Amino acid sequence: MPKLSFKLNILAGLGLSLLTAPAAYADPLLDGGKLVLTNGISSIEGASGGGLASWATIAGMETDRGVGVSAHVTGIELSDYGWQSHGISVGIKDRLELSYARQNFDTRKVGAALGLGEGYRFNQDIFAAKVRLMGDTVYGSPLLPQISVGVQHKRSLDAAIVKAVGAAASEGTDFTASATKLFLSKSVLVNATARLTNANQFGLLGFGGANQTDRTLQFEGSVAYMLTPRLVVGGEYRTRPSNLAIAREDDAHDLFVAWAVTRNATVTAAYADVGSVATFDGQRGGLVSLQFAF
Amino acid sequence: MTFALAFALLAAQPVTAEPQHAAPQEDLSSVDWEKEFGVEKKVVDPVTGELPVDPYTQDPANAGATPFAGDGMAKAFGGQEGIRKIVGRLVDLSESDPRIAEIFKNQDLVRLRRTLFEQVCYILDAGCTYTGRDMKTAHKDLGTTRADLNALVENLQQAMREAKVPFAAQNRLLAKLAPMDKDVVER
Repeated sequence: MPKLSFKLNILAGLGLSLLTAPAAYADPLLDGGKLVLTNGISSIEGASGGGLASWATIAGMETDRGVGVSAHVTGIELSDYGWQSHGISVGIKDRLELSYARQNFDTRKVGAALGLGEGYRFNQDIFAAKVRLMGDTVYGSPLLPQISVGVQHKRSLDAAIVKAVGAAASEGTDFTASATKLFLSKSVLVNATARLTNANQFGLLGFGGANQTDRTLQFEGSVAYMLTPRLVVGGEYRTRPSNLAIAREDDAHDLFVAWAVTRNATVTAAYADVGSVATFDGQRGGLVSLQFAF
Repeated sequence: MTFALAFALLAAQPVTAEPQHAAPQEDLSSVDWEKEFGVEKKVVDPVTGELPVDPYTQDPANAGATPFAGDGMAKAFGGQEGIRKIVGRLVDLSESDPRIAEIFKNQDLVRLRRTLFEQVCYILDAGCTYTGRDMKTAHKDLGTTRADLNALVENLQQAMREAKVPFAAQNRLLAKLAPMDKDVVER
């Protein structure tokens, strides 16, 4: 009898502890378990990706059981202009990305030449969402990339000016579809993105114009080579519409180096060329971006 | 049964003085509790030092990847000796990695070291066959997550880096392992 009751005690005790014990291995909210650099860096529009292109990646260091956050600041020195952007992103379960970015475009001396005043700044807010539909950048079949679709709502803060230069609207929305895959056998990451957009100079000069009011299909391509798990070099190309009658817009491209200094900090340096901006041709120069991600 | 449960619940309280029930306790020290609870005992094989596993069909295809052709990859990893060191280091690192150490507790690490060595050696075409179980069976009930897998990958990268395996060759091995994620991640 004592033996039997002892057994029952243990069983009942186990039952009790199973009922009342908190989940022993509850996942932390910020699990930080993503492989380094597979969250991408923050593109100039705030969505995770390369510098110029939005990729299928989801921001933050979380995996499919947690939440991640990242913040970035980017500076670009062009021939005649200065660019500064910053933003924050939240990644939820490596599935949904929500981001906000602010772009500040300094016209410097060109501002005076354009009659805006020296150092006139164009500013823009970008609210974006991206959802991963299928696949994984690293795992699974090499034939199945990570595929995401996104929406980027852009609001120029210079409505009167952008309409004066011929833009049809001061607000616009881009739609993106991206496929990203790391081909481990070659240490090469490839991204391809299709974007429906009518943004002029990413939206800083408004949306649509005399040449074209509606969105057109544009392409963003990125190729990157992994030198180490934390060091990647690559290049990007992005086509853009030329909607405004008064100023031609060119395709943009860059060459970049991204270095994950730690699991949570990534520094990117790039040579970027955006062509002609507001009649001033040959706008190229250096980009530096710093991202913290958890 | 109701009475027994009530009694058991009462007795499960941390401290309860029961001076009335001062009957002499039966000596339970000699009781084989594993037998009482029907726990199946696993006996270590005296030759291999491994615990038995449920029967399965041996097939190199259980490795989950087709081997490389030629000896380039085997050389990059330092042959069987190099592979054994890398696999040993991977297990050592993971056993002491606070992110995933719990998964390795109470597991047959002797068998793990052997089968993992065979698997990598087989895939790298370094002159082994794989005699272990398939990935889904071998990872059954481990409760592994994507983050656990990522931690393991980082440990493997560290082990390969320490063994001076060229980075491109490291990635070529990872390319063979990456498609197995669905079988080794459980939740």
